[in-house]
Parts: sequence; structure tokens; C-alpha cells
Amino acid sequence: MCAIASISDNFSSPSPTSQVQVLNINWFRNKPDGDDEVSMTMNISADLQSLFTWNTKQVFVFLAAEYETPQNSLNQVSLWDGIIPAKEHAKFYIHTTNKYRFVDQGSNLRGRDFNLTLHWHVMPKTGKMFADKIVMTGFYLPQSYR
Amino acid sequence: MKRAIDTMFRKPITQLVSMGMVITSALMIWKGLMCITGSEAPIVVVLSGSMEPGFKRGDILFMHMSKDPIRIGDILSFKVDGHEIPILHRVIKVHEHQNTGEVDVLTKGNAYLNNNRFGDDMFLYAQDQMWLKQHHITGRAIGFLPYVGWVTIILTEQPIIKYILIGALGLLAVFSKE
Repeated sequence: MCAIASISDNFSSPSPTSQVQVLNINWFRNKPDGDDEVSMTMNISADLQSLFTWNTKQVFVFLAAEYETPQNSLNQVSLWDGIIPAKEHAKFYIHTTNKYRFVDQGSNLRGRDFNLTLHWHVMPKTGKMFADKIVMTGFYLPQSYR
Repeated sequence: MKRAIDTMFRKPITQLVSMGMVITSALMIWKGLMCITGSEAPIVVVLSGSMEPGFKRGDILFMHMSKDPIRIGDILSFKVDGHEIPILHRVIKVHEHQNTGEVDVLTKGNAYLNNNRFGDDMFLYAQDQMWLKQHHITGRAIGFLPYVGWVTIILTEQPIIKYILIGALGLLAVFSKE
């Protein structure tokens, strides 16, 4: 039954959409331990309704800041997440500061450009889980702390 | 005389051999699964409520440890030094180092148990350990079946049921007409 459920999921072709705006950099500092940290306020909107099938239990959605530094080839930091329990709640618009701390390993964030990627994980009632994302580019942090 | 002993011993020996075959086959399948999925524990039972409402106690997760690098959003099973039972949580931070490709990973349960901003898993890791590394990770969840894991939980947490079951099976074997 697990297999049938998963196979039927393969026939749906979802078309989610998303948009994110960074409204404000609230503060941007270098912490005493040497790591940069930034706080920002964002508008996050998305329509994930097309992901829901009869076999969908919930969709876990999260927004990650993704960037490269001289030290790390990839940094992925979750800024916000949510659980969408049903199709009716899958089209949303929220205004929020980052729920999780945006902290670098080191002090590489000044003037840093980054992507904001909306990821989703579809949890089935039974069977195979699948995940995908939308990458939004063109964001960058201030040149100096504030 | 020889014939009498033959028939007297044949049945219990056959039963013993059958039981042995069943157990060996089960072990072979289990070990085979371990090989194929590349995971230390190809099937994991969810023991806590820290990933609710997605995963509940008693659900089982199918695990696979592919060569793909650890990425944000992955649901991982990991072991903290000194603890035998793996924990199942989601990755919320990844820092991959240049050149070495070594990763630092931070995980968190999904349940909104508290509104604590810093309710990530760092407090679960060993003292002075801030990040999970590749060697702590025992598998990545790819599929899910609800409720089926309750059998394991009951057998582990109420061992008396295990003994009752084995006793019943033993009785069945002795009294079966085969």
C-alpha cells in the first residue's frame, strides 16, 4: 500500500510559487565570540497548494539563507519554518523577523550576498517523503555593522 | 527399534530446524537491508514526540544513507557520543568547509514544545560539542509508515510481554499437529 501511495504521488506535478522581501535589517553585529550575527524582518509569501495530494499528511516549509564565504563553500541557515497541516493553509503571507539566529562561522557577513531559499518537505500519510525548493537570489547584507 | 527412535526424534528436530531457518532468514534480510541502504539502522522506530505532528511515537521511518552531502532540511538519525539510541531530528544549519568538505550540522526537533528561540539540539550533543559531524550521523529518513513501530516499543518497554510471547510460541510449537 506504501508503494501504491508513493507511485500515485509521482503522477502529480506540483507548481508552487514563492516570494520573499527583506524589509529591514534590524541589527548587524560581531558577537563577543567572534561570529557575525544579523537580525532581519521579512515578508514571506507562498502558494504551496499544488503540493497536497490525498496522501499528504503535512508539508514542512522553511526559509533558509544560503551563502558562501572564504571559509565555507556552503552555509545554510534556517531563518523561519512552519508546518502546513492542510491545503487550505498552504497559501500564506507572513511578516516576521527571523525565528532562528542568523549567525556565521566567523566574521564574513559584511557586504555578503546571499540567497533566500524556500524549502518544503512533503510528509506522506504513508510512503516516500519528498522535498524541493525555490531559490531566490539577489539579497545582500550591509557593508558595515549597525 | 531404529524406526521408533527415528519417528520420535524427527518431528522436534524438524521443528527446531524450521525455527532456525526462520530466524536465520530474518537476520539475513535485516543484514541485507543494512548493506543495501548503507545505513546502520535501515528502519528506525520513532520513540519521542519531538517531531510531532509529523512523526509520532510508534511510527517507523525507512532510512538510507546515500553519498549525497548533508543538506538543510534532511531528517537525520544521529548518535551522541556515549548514547546508544539514535535521535531523529531535522537539520536547520549546515556549514560546509572549503577544501575538506567537512560539515558542521545543527539539528532540531520540529515540535513546538516551547517557544524557546534557542531550542535547538546543541544541548543534546556532548559537552563542549556545538555541531554534529558526519560520523555522528547514522541515516537519512526517506519514507514513513505510521503505527507499525508500536510492536517494538511495547516489546522493549514491557519485557514481560516478550516472555509471554516467547512462551506462547514455544507452547504452540510443542502442541502443533505438524
